[in-house]
Amino acid sequence: MDYSSIFSYMYTEIALIGVIVATLIFDLIAGRRGRRFFQPVACVLMLLFVAGTIVPYHRETTEIFGGMYVYDPAYGIVKSILAIGTLIVFLQADSWLRREDTSFKRGEFYVLTLSTLLGMDFMISAGHFIMFFIGLELASVPMACLVAFDKYRQNSAEAGAKYILSALFSSGLMLYGISFLYGTAGTLYFDDMTARIDGSALQIMAMTFFFAGLGFKLSLVPFHLWTADTYQGAPTAVTSYLSVISKGAAAFTLMVILVKVFAPMTQYWQLMLQIVIILSITVANVFAIRQKNLKRFLAFSSISQAGYIMLAVISGTPYGMTSLIFYVLVYMAANLAAFGVIATVEQNSGGKVEMDDYNGLYGTNPKLALTMTLALFSLAGIPPFAGFFSKFFIFAAAFEKGFHVLVFIALINTVISLYYYLLVVKAMFISKSDSPIAAFRSDSGTRISLALCLAGVLALGIASSVFDGIGMFTFGL
Amino acid sequence: MEHTILILLLPFLSFILIGLLGTRLKPTAAGAIGTVVTAIVAVLSYWTAFAYFGAGRDAGTGLFPTLMPWNAVWLPFGGDLHIDMGILLDPISVMMLIVISTVSLMVHIYSFGYMKGERGFQRYYAFLSLFTMSMLGLVVATNIFQMYVFWELVGVSSYLLIGFYYTKKEAIAASKKAFIVTRFADLGFLIGILIYGFYTGTFSFTPDAPALGAAKAMLPLALGLMFVGGAGKSAMFPLHIWLPDAMEGPTPVSALIHAATMVVAGVYLVARMFPLFIGFAPEVLHVTAYVGAFTALYAAIVACVQSDIKRVLAFSTISQIGFMIVALGVCTSADPHQGGLGYMASMFHLFTHAMFKALLFLGAGCIIHAVHSNEMSAMGGLRKYMPLTHVTFLVACLAIAGIWPLSGFFSKDEILAACFSFSPVMGWVMTFIAGLTAFYMFRLYFNIFWGNENKELHAEHRPHEAPLTMTVPLVFLAAVTLFAGWIPFGEFISSDGQAYHIHIDWKVATISLCVAAAGIALATWMYMREDRKVADGLAARFSGLHKAAYHRFYIDEIYQFITHRIIFACISAPVAWFDRHVVDGFFNMLASVTQKVSWGIRNMQSGYVQRYGIWFLGGALGLTVILLLI
Repeated sequence: MDYSSIFSYMYTEIALIGVIVATLIFDLIAGRRGRRFFQPVACVLMLLFVAGTIVPYHRETTEIFGGMYVYDPAYGIVKSILAIGTLIVFLQADSWLRREDTSFKRGEFYVLTLSTLLGMDFMISAGHFIMFFIGLELASVPMACLVAFDKYRQNSAEAGAKYILSALFSSGLMLYGISFLYGTAGTLYFDDMTARIDGSALQIMAMTFFFAGLGFKLSLVPFHLWTADTYQGAPTAVTSYLSVISKGAAAFTLMVILVKVFAPMTQYWQLMLQIVIILSITVANVFAIRQKNLKRFLAFSSISQAGYIMLAVISGTPYGMTSLIFYVLVYMAANLAAFGVIATVEQNSGGKVEMDDYNGLYGTNPKLALTMTLALFSLAGIPPFAGFFSKFFIFAAAFEKGFHVLVFIALINTVISLYYYLLVVKAMFISKSDSPIAAFRSDSGTRISLALCLAGVLALGIASSVFDGIGMFTFGL
Repeated sequence: MEHTILILLLPFLSFILIGLLGTRLKPTAAGAIGTVVTAIVAVLSYWTAFAYFGAGRDAGTGLFPTLMPWNAVWLPFGGDLHIDMGILLDPISVMMLIVISTVSLMVHIYSFGYMKGERGFQRYYAFLSLFTMSMLGLVVATNIFQMYVFWELVGVSSYLLIGFYYTKKEAIAASKKAFIVTRFADLGFLIGILIYGFYTGTFSFTPDAPALGAAKAMLPLALGLMFVGGAGKSAMFPLHIWLPDAMEGPTPVSALIHAATMVVAGVYLVARMFPLFIGFAPEVLHVTAYVGAFTALYAAIVACVQSDIKRVLAFSTISQIGFMIVALGVCTSADPHQGGLGYMASMFHLFTHAMFKALLFLGAGCIIHAVHSNEMSAMGGLRKYMPLTHVTFLVACLAIAGIWPLSGFFSKDEILAACFSFSPVMGWVMTFIAGLTAFYMFRLYFNIFWGNENKELHAEHRPHEAPLTMTVPLVFLAAVTLFAGWIPFGEFISSDGQAYHIHIDWKVATISLCVAAAGIALATWMYMREDRKVADGLAARFSGLHKAAYHRFYIDEIYQFITHRIIFACISAPVAWFDRHVVDGFFNMLASVTQKVSWGIRNMQSGYVQRYGIWFLGGALGLTVILLLI
């Protein structure tokens, strides 16, 4: 295989590097005035990137660089979904970036975000633990900068510090686990390792440590404690990126590695996941009920959603993987819509993010209230919105493999989650307020992004071809 | 034929447009949008029919081809089972396109006058568009499941339109009744569809031979259950109770939905599944014939004594649909020359009945518009005030009575001929009902236009002829009724798809003409004069029977008894108790436990990052220990 064909399998990453370089150059040459057009430029670049990479160029799984990098059409689908999510975040970010204290460094936001995306893409395509780890770190370190982007605001700085400390801790633990793997198996290539996994005590420890590292990214209980503080303190656009894109990538990678590499230890990680799923869904629900701050509230909601995503992982089947990708897609639409509303309300009302601030929102901003409601309905899994179908598929995937009790517990938790999602709806539609948020008009980027998300919430479940289309590529599992 | 998609798309867009703009649109603008769109749909339908039948039969098979200009897989299931959405053109669906678009257009135009000044004029037109779209989608469905989807949409739009006057208590009750009764029947339909899909592995109307062989034993059950759904929509006894009440809706709606189109959906369903009925479940088909005959008889008797003119028409509709079902049910083979005549007769009657029954309802609408009442007692002698309505109404009455040369004569003759060839008893029973039809229709006619005039009321409010928007549809439909009988219907539609040359069976025709004439004569004798000695005398003499018939033989009361005393009291109340105390109790417990736990563990989220680290490490080690211990 010559180099040109080797690189042709890495087209996503290469194109993304191209986008990053183009963004950097634009940041350098554009003056103060030119930077005002940063959002359109970044969005167009992302759009071109998505359009160019959404259709897989190769149909078969291929390993290049001696197995360091793996190409698979299903990976391509996931990368495209993440890129679309990033595009939506970009659309929502401008009203925040336009502010006095951030306007001069908006280029950094785009470059840093794209760097984390690049890291996730490499992480997904990794065929070797070192490659995987580098991807993970490439995704983590710029993320800490993003969280602390508003560094003069105490909240943001604190959130950044908590995030980077927790990330370091989890990376350390994970690296420790990987070193055990190397010690017991003598290799770090995914393909070679499977044969040398035997479920010894050391390997069990290695697996849980490795899992803890990704559990941090996914904010699964008990590795979730940083989540609420970070989500609350980080700029809202970053929070939404963190809650959707970062999670989606981690969940997918986790599934691939558990199913492929740790196949001989299936019974162990299934048990581990059962514990973590029950803890995540339940604990997050219990905390979510008491939250007054909407960003914090959505942080707990996202922890519980991550628990649901693990239901797809635990099945370990191609159907489970299809449901996982579909779930991430639907979750992305709903969660980005919710965060989009929160971000635009926050920017236009002087930083209001408390649930009580939303009292009477329907009266002043009916469209936003409606968008938020539909997004929350989808998150809660109410038919006919997409969230119902995505939940249905992951439940079916887990049920099929015999996790009946687990599915039942998850179902009960959806009832609880319905309660707190409806609390927000109640605030917007029913609760009266003396000083509701005044009517305002959001910027066009936000409106486009919300329309896209709503279209997803309404259409993804009904358009069955989406699920089937994803299903066509997950055979490789 | 790709343009057929517009036939569905345009009314849908019109519904969205009028529905979303709502009162921001001027009433006339909303009406104009709806009417123009329906007119385009009608033109497209006629064009489709012209092109379809004009293209001629396939030279090899001698059949009109079955076309699917659009079809897409919508919901695939495991295996080969999938639900499609598309458009199917074959002789009966093309014929239905004509019927629906014609009547719908007439009703759209008519409503301009009838609904003028009503509150919610825009809403009315939006619903009309929705209904038109749903009904058209139902008839062009490519598979049984698509049909079901549109079937339910039709039910919803019917519900919305019956309850159009939502401030009126009776209208609300009627709309709920219609929806619940038909939904109840649709449950049977759905189960039938699922059985059908499960055993044949497809939702297509025409499964291939191996699939049919495999499902052979279950097909009668599936088809029977589907007929239950059809019986609900087509108001067959004992599921007919919703239709008379549905007359609470605006009269043009009754003409469109509850006379010409939606209520014949059941007939259409049986006709659509006819090859399977005849091939695999002829006994089920004959059961439908008995159901239809009984319904026709029952409804005809009840129609003889009703005093609300719309109710008379409603029962007449039930009775005539009974005729159509009987005609399908008496088929014994797919060959129109040997026992398959009924299929063509049924479709023919569906076509002619849609026209003259819509005409009757629209005429009744003009009358109600003029005297502001549905009761016969407010009418009488109206022929002087409303000449045009009078003439067109008379044409429709003659047609439904089966008088040559109006359209009803031809289609009813074919039905009776089919019944006689099935069994003489069936033939005579249906002939008797045909006589009853003539009697009650002319009783209605004389009571409205002749007889004792309610001078007091008319002096106070002088009846007047309806405006042009209302009379033009009357004249058009009357013209169709006059000439539709001469359409060589059998050339287009027959049970085996081959051309069938209609020939009048003069023996049957003579009998039916005599019986109809007798019915009319009796009605004339009893009701044309100013005093009603005979009629009142008979009513007094058979007061028990009269009262029972007037109360529709207490079927509604029986339903009330069964639902309230038995189902509500014996089943629903205990279930409700269980729900309130056990199910709700469980969830209340869930809620209180969640609240308590929530307070209990709040210290976990302390805000100190070093504590988070401890939890993190503890969690990882804890998981390791658990995994090691098992």
